Amino acid sequence: MVRVNGQNLEIAGKTVAEFLADAGYDPKRVAVERGGGIVPKTQYGETVLTDGDCVEVVSFVGGG
Amino acid sequence: MNDDTLRLGGHEFHSRFILGSGKYSLKLIEAAVKDAGAEIITLAVRRANTKEQENILDYIPDGVTLLPNTSGARNAEEAVRIARLARELGCGDFVKIEIMRDSKYLLPDNQETIRATEILAKEGFAVMPYMYPDLNTARDLVGAGAAAVMPLGSPIGSNKGLATREFIQILIDEIDLPVIVDAGIGKPSQACEAMEMGAAAVMANTALATAGNLPMMAAAFRQAVEAGRKGYLAGLGRVLTRGASASDPLTGFLRD
Repeated sequence: MVRVNGQNLEIAGKTVAEFLADAGYDPKRVAVERGGGIVPKTQYGETVLTDGDCVEVVSFVGGG
Repeated sequence: MNDDTLRLGGHEFHSRFILGSGKYSLKLIEAAVKDAGAEIITLAVRRANTKEQENILDYIPDGVTLLPNTSGARNAEEAVRIARLARELGCGDFVKIEIMRDSKYLLPDNQETIRATEILAKEGFAVMPYMYPDLNTARDLVGAGAAAVMPLGSPIGSNKGLATREFIQILIDEIDLPVIVDAGIGKPSQACEAMEMGAAAVMANTALATAGNLPMMAAAFRQAVEAGRKGYLAGLGRVLTRGASASDPLTGFLRD
């Protein structure tokens, strides 16, 4: 189980790139944090999600 | 006025109005930027939603500097995480630190803001901390490596104007960094007054988002900020403590 944005998902074993594509995220418009550290865009393809990972996927929204 | 530039984090700007992008339609952003003459726009970072196909970055004209904020952060650590994520989103090195422990008044936590500023400045960010206008805090923010200080005029979103006027003036007089009045500026006259006081820039969001005609209000803010800046640069005339001072000659009256 991997926790993504507060939800538990069965995606252990996938790379960040695979997860983003399957879930429908535009990788150019999001940033990914895993275990409190940034996953650089250049490493999406080689970063494999493992059981117990805590992931945040964020994007820009309007704000002041 | 053309050489009157605002320097922030190694960048130069000609506009002294910073535009917020919250609480209004993405479709109005382009007109707001254009009519405000804004060169800097603030954004927030939130959990991404795959169902939302529209992205705010598609609506911001090229060449506008993005200033992501750390809203939602309750302490320095959370602000640092959000800032790093924002930089990874490809927006450059600017960050506006917003740290709040309280959701009723949304007042900034100055102590945590100093801590986050120190960490992020060391990581190369151009740090623009939103703060309660306190001289000691502002001095600590200078020491921590801030690129500017952003004192609040009144509570966020209140449109109540320069409730903290006297304390912002102290920062303007004593702090050797751009002082950018943020939060609470509700109408053009208040933006103008802040600029007349010597603020380096003014930021507004709710004043525009809650206006009857957003692009027209953006244009009004642009003019107000420019007028206030010119008034400041021109040097405001003195104020009499009491009495009057005639503007007309006191001789040559039509009487003996």
